[in-house]
Amino acid sequence: MLGKLSLDAIPFHEPIVMVTVAMILLGGLALVAGITYFKKWTYLWTEWLTSVDHKKIGVMYIIVAMIMLLRGFADAVMMRTQLAMATEGSPGYLPPEHYDQIFTAHGVIMIIFMAMPFFTGLMNLAVPLQIGARDVAYPFLNSLSFWLLVSGVVLVNLSLGVGEFAKTGWVAYPPLSGLQYSPGVGVDYYIWALQLSGLGTTLTGVNFLATVLKMRAPGMKLMDMPIFTWTCTWANVLIVASFPILTATLALLTLDRYMDFHIFTNELGGNPMMYVNLFWAWGHPEVYILILPAFGIFSEVISTFTGKRLFGHHSMVYASGAISVLGFMVWLHHFFTMGSGASVNAFFGLATMLISIPTGVKLFNWLFTIYRGRLQFTSQVLWTLGFMVTFAIGGMTGVLLAIPGADFVLHNSLFVIAHFHNVIIGGAVFGYIAGFSFYFPKAFGFKLHEGWGKAAFWFWIVGFFVAFMPLYALGFMGMTRRLNATTNPEWVPYLYVAAVGAALIAVGIACQLIQLYVSVRDRNKPENACEFGDPWNGHTLEWSTSSPPPFYNFAVVPTVNGIDPFTEAKEEGTAYKVPAKYSPIHMPSNTATGLVMGMLLTVFGFAMIWHIWWLAIVSLVGTVGYFVLHAARDDQGYMVPVETIERIEAEQHKRLLAAKAIPADRVETKLGQA
Amino acid sequence: MTKKRYPRLLGLLPLFGTLLLGGCNMTLLDPVGQVGIEERNLIITATLLMLLVVVPVILMTLIFAWKYRASNKDATYAPKWSHSTKIEVVIWTVPILIIIALGVITYKSTHALDPYRPLESDVKPITIEVVSLDWKWMFIYPEQGIATVNKIVFPANTPINFRITSDAVMNSFFIPGLGGQIYAMAGMTTKLHLIANKNAEMDGISANYSGAGFTGMKFKAIATSQADFDAWVSEVKASPKQLDNAEYAALTKPSQNNPVELYSSVTPNLFQTIIDKYEGMNPGKPVKHEKKEVSGTQGLDNTSNSAAGAEE
Amino acid sequence: MSNIATNAGHAHGHDHEHDEHHHDAGETTVFGFWLYLMTDCIIFASLFAVYAVLVGNVAGGPSGHDIFELPYVLGETALLLFSSITYGFAMLAFYKGNKSGVLTWLGITFLLGAGFIGMEINEFHLLISEGYGPHRSGFLSAFFTLVGTHGLHVTCGLIWMAIMMYQVQKKGLTSTNKTRLSCLSLFWHFLDVVWICVFTVVYLMGTL
Repeated sequence: MLGKLSLDAIPFHEPIVMVTVAMILLGGLALVAGITYFKKWTYLWTEWLTSVDHKKIGVMYIIVAMIMLLRGFADAVMMRTQLAMATEGSPGYLPPEHYDQIFTAHGVIMIIFMAMPFFTGLMNLAVPLQIGARDVAYPFLNSLSFWLLVSGVVLVNLSLGVGEFAKTGWVAYPPLSGLQYSPGVGVDYYIWALQLSGLGTTLTGVNFLATVLKMRAPGMKLMDMPIFTWTCTWANVLIVASFPILTATLALLTLDRYMDFHIFTNELGGNPMMYVNLFWAWGHPEVYILILPAFGIFSEVISTFTGKRLFGHHSMVYASGAISVLGFMVWLHHFFTMGSGASVNAFFGLATMLISIPTGVKLFNWLFTIYRGRLQFTSQVLWTLGFMVTFAIGGMTGVLLAIPGADFVLHNSLFVIAHFHNVIIGGAVFGYIAGFSFYFPKAFGFKLHEGWGKAAFWFWIVGFFVAFMPLYALGFMGMTRRLNATTNPEWVPYLYVAAVGAALIAVGIACQLIQLYVSVRDRNKPENACEFGDPWNGHTLEWSTSSPPPFYNFAVVPTVNGIDPFTEAKEEGTAYKVPAKYSPIHMPSNTATGLVMGMLLTVFGFAMIWHIWWLAIVSLVGTVGYFVLHAARDDQGYMVPVETIERIEAEQHKRLLAAKAIPADRVETKLGQA
Repeated sequence: MTKKRYPRLLGLLPLFGTLLLGGCNMTLLDPVGQVGIEERNLIITATLLMLLVVVPVILMTLIFAWKYRASNKDATYAPKWSHSTKIEVVIWTVPILIIIALGVITYKSTHALDPYRPLESDVKPITIEVVSLDWKWMFIYPEQGIATVNKIVFPANTPINFRITSDAVMNSFFIPGLGGQIYAMAGMTTKLHLIANKNAEMDGISANYSGAGFTGMKFKAIATSQADFDAWVSEVKASPKQLDNAEYAALTKPSQNNPVELYSSVTPNLFQTIIDKYEGMNPGKPVKHEKKEVSGTQGLDNTSNSAAGAEE
Repeated sequence: MSNIATNAGHAHGHDHEHDEHHHDAGETTVFGFWLYLMTDCIIFASLFAVYAVLVGNVAGGPSGHDIFELPYVLGETALLLFSSITYGFAMLAFYKGNKSGVLTWLGITFLLGAGFIGMEINEFHLLISEGYGPHRSGFLSAFFTLVGTHGLHVTCGLIWMAIMMYQVQKKGLTSTNKTRLSCLSLFWHFLDVVWICVFTVVYLMGTL
C-alpha cells in the first residue's frame, strides 16, 4: 500500500536532522498560525498563489530562492565546520552517510533551487516591463513553471525528514547513482526534484523566448532590447536547448533504477561515461544560464549609476551570444581525465578558452561605461565593482582549468571548488543580490536600507575571499573535493581560515535579513520613498511606470525607437505624458490550475520515490485531467474597464505631481477629466 | 566609513589572498615526478600570461571607479558616449592575442602531457596494474607476479606504465606528487605514464568521489632505488597471503580505511578477467537466437556463432 | 491567453479574415508550441545519440539484425504516414468550415494512430516474451527507450486528439479549437518526422 515507505524512513536516530526538521515544522506552523490569525488566507490565495501576474510570480520566485539560500548555506556551514573539526584522525561530528548527503544537497539546492529561481524571479519581474509588455506570452504557463519549481523544492526538503537525499555528489554519476551502489531513495529524490523543476525551467525558457519575440512594445527592434532582457534571452535560448538533455538523462537514469534498463550500468552493455557526457552537455550551458542574466544586471546597474549609456550595447549582445553558442561546445572540459585522446582534449580546451574572449570584452565594456561617467557608490555599484575584481580572478583560474595539462593535477581538487565558487558567488550571486536591491523598489514601492546593504556587501566579499582563497591553496596542496575528514596537519590552518570565511559570509547574510527588516519597518520614511517609480533615474521602460506597477503594467503601451527609451523620453519631456483617453485592457484571469497541478505532481514525485504505484497513477491522471478541464473552460481573460484604469492612473499622476516630476499645468487638466 | 576608502580596501583583498598562498608546502608546486614538474611549469606560464590582462583589468576597475566617482566634478562626464570603434578593436584584440598565445601552449602541452603517451627513457619501464574497489586500491605487478592493496613501491627514474580499471564505481587514480590523474572505470582500461625523479614517499588518492568510504581510499606511493625495490619485491614474495580467486572475492566486498596488504602471488590474468566481467562495453558475440518459427535456420545461427567464437 | 491583442494594432500591420484578438493570441500560442517542439526534438536527439552509442553493446544478446522484422515495421510506418495525410485533410476541412469533415478525418487519423500503437505494443510484447526485454542488454535498453518514447508521444497525441474531437463536437469550429488543432497538427507531423528518423536509424540501419 505504501510502497517502500514506513516509519523507518524517518531518521529518528540523527539528532541534527531531527532538530532541523522540528524547527522547520515549528516555523511552518507559526507561519500558518500567523496567516490564520491575521486572516490573510484569502489575500494570499487571490493575490499571490493563484496569480498569473509576472511581477508577483517573480517575487514568489525570489522568496523561494532566498529561503533556499538559507538552507543551502546552512549545509555549507555544516561542511566547513565538519572539515575544520575532522582533522588528524578526528572523525568530526558528521558521519559519512550524513556528510555525503549534505554536499550533494548543497550543490543541488544552490544551483537548481537558489540560483535558478533567483534569476527566474528577476527575469519575471523586469523583462516584460523592460520590453513594454503587459505580461508574458503565456501567463498561466508561467504560474505552472513556478509551481513545478515549488514541487522540486518540497521534495528536496522532504528528503530531510522522510528517507534520505542522494549521497552521490550533485552530479550523480552512475554507476554510483545506479541501483546497485545507491539502493536507497536518495537518488530518487534527486531525480524527481530535478525532473519536475527542470520541466518548469524548460517551460519558462519557451515562455520568455516567445515573450521577447512576440510581445515587444511597438517600434522596439530586437537590438533595442535592454541589455538585461538580452542576457535573459540568451539564457533562455540555452535553457531551451540544454534542459531537455537533462530531462532525457534523468529519465534514462530513472529507467535504469526503476525498470532494470542497462543504459548507464557497468553490466550488460551500459555505458556510464555517456551519462557524464550528457550531464555536462546540460551542466555546462547551465552555468552560463546562471551567469548571463547576472552580467545583464551589472550592465544595467553600471549604466544607471554612472548616469551614462552602456558602452558597446551591441557588442555586449554579440558577446553574450558568443558565450551562449560556445557554451555548448565545451562540456568535455569537465572530464579531461576520463581518457579521451590528446586531440579531443585539446579541442575542448581551446573551445573553452575562446569563451574568455567575449567575457573579457564584457569586462572592458563595463570599464568603459564607468569611464567618463558619474559613478555613485550605491550598494548595487559596490556589488558590481566587487564582481569585476572577483570575476577577473575566477575567470583566470577557469582558463587555467581549461588547459588539459593543468587540469590533470587540478581536476576535482579544492582548486576547482574555489574556482566555481569564485565565479558563481562573485558572478551570479553578487549579480542577483545587486539586482534584488536594484529592482526591489520597483516591486514594492520603497527602497532597501543602504547602510545594511553595504555592510552585507563588505561581509560577503571579505568572507568570500577568506573562505575560498585557502581552498585554492589547498588544491595546490593536493586536497581533493568531497572528503569528509583529513589527516594532513599542513592543511589544518587553511581549513580553519575557510571556516572563518563562512562565518563572515553568515554575518553578511544576517545583514541582508536585517536590511529587509529595517527597510520594511521604515518603508514610509521619506528617504526610502520611491514615490513615482523611478528611484535611480533609470534608462529603460520598467522605470516609467509606478512602483509597484499597476497590474496591467502600462496604461498605454509605449512606442519605442532606440536604446534607453525612458532616458530619451525624460530628456524630451514626454516621459509622463497623459493620453487623451484610455482604452480597455485585455488581461489574463488568475487561476489555481498551476498550483493544483504542481501539488499533484509533488504527490506524483513522492509516490514514485517510494514506489507507491497506485498513488503515482492517481496523481498523474489527476494532473492531466485537471489540466484538460482547465483548458476546456476556454478562459480568454477579461477586459479592464476604462474607469479602473483612469482611477489607478490618476493616483500615479498625483504622485508625479507631488514629486514635481512633471509640470503642474500638464497634469491638472487631465486629472480634472479623470 | 567614507566613500573614499572603498577602492583601497577592495585592493587589499587579493593581497590578503596572496599572503595566504605564500610560504607553505604545496605538493603540486613542488612535484617529485617529471610529468608533475612539466604540469607545474605549464600552470605558472599560463597564470603569468593571464595576469597580463587580469591585473590591468582589476587596476582599471579600481582606478576608473575612483576617478569617475560622482563627487569628482573635475572628471569628464559624457553621458551619451557609448561607442568607440578604436576602443572596441582594442578590447577584442587584446583577449584574442592572449588566447592565441595560450592556445598554442595548450595545444602543444596537451599532446606532450597526454597521459596515454609512454615516457621516453633509456630505462625499461615497469608495469603496474591498478584496480579500484569499494573503497581501496588493488595493485598487481604482472612482471613480478605480486600484488598489494593500498601501497605501491617502484624504482625512481624508471618510467611506470599504469594500467587502470575499476571493479566497482568510478574513481580517479592520482598521485599528486608525481603529476597527472586518470579515471578508473569498470570494463575499461585507462593508462597513465609517470616517473619519479628521486626517492620519495608520496600520498596516493582517489580524486573522484566514490561513496561512503571515499575519504579513506588512500595509498602510499614510494619511489626508491632499484636495489631497495628488488629487496621489497622479495619481501612481498615471502609474505604468507596469496591473491587467489577467493581472496579477491573477499576484497571486492566494500570496506573502509583498508590496511595495506601484500600478496606473494596473484591469479594469472586477474586484471583482464576483471575487465572482461563487464563484457557488454564491447560488442559481444551474437548468441544462439531462435527465429520465431523456422527450425531450419537454427543451423545457420550456429554457424555464425562459431565463426564469432573463432575470433576470440 | 495573452494580452497581445491590445497592442496588436501597432505591432502587426497585417489583418486576416478572423477576428484580430483571437487570431493573434492563437498565433503566439502556435509559435510557443513550436518552440516547445524544438525542446522535444532535443530530447529525441539525446535519445538517438544514446542509441548510437549503445547499438553495438549487445552483451551477448541479440543485435538489431536478429530481431527486427522490416516488413512489419514498414506496415507500422505506412499507418503513421497515412495518419499525417488524413490529419492534413482534417485541417483542410476546418478551413472550409466543415465540422463533420473535421470529425471524420480526425476519427480516421485516430484509428490509424491507434493501429500504429497497437502494432508497436505487439512488437514489444513479442520481444519481451522471447526474453529480449530492455533488461537484456544496453542495445535493447536504448532501443526500447527510443522507440518507446516515440510511442508514448503518439499515445499522448491520441489522447489529445480524442479530447479535441469531443471539443469540436461540443463547441464547434471555434478559434480556440483551431489554435489547438493547429498545435496538435504540428505535434502529429513532428512525430511523423521523428518516426522516419527512427525507422531509418534503428530499423533500416539495424537490418541492412
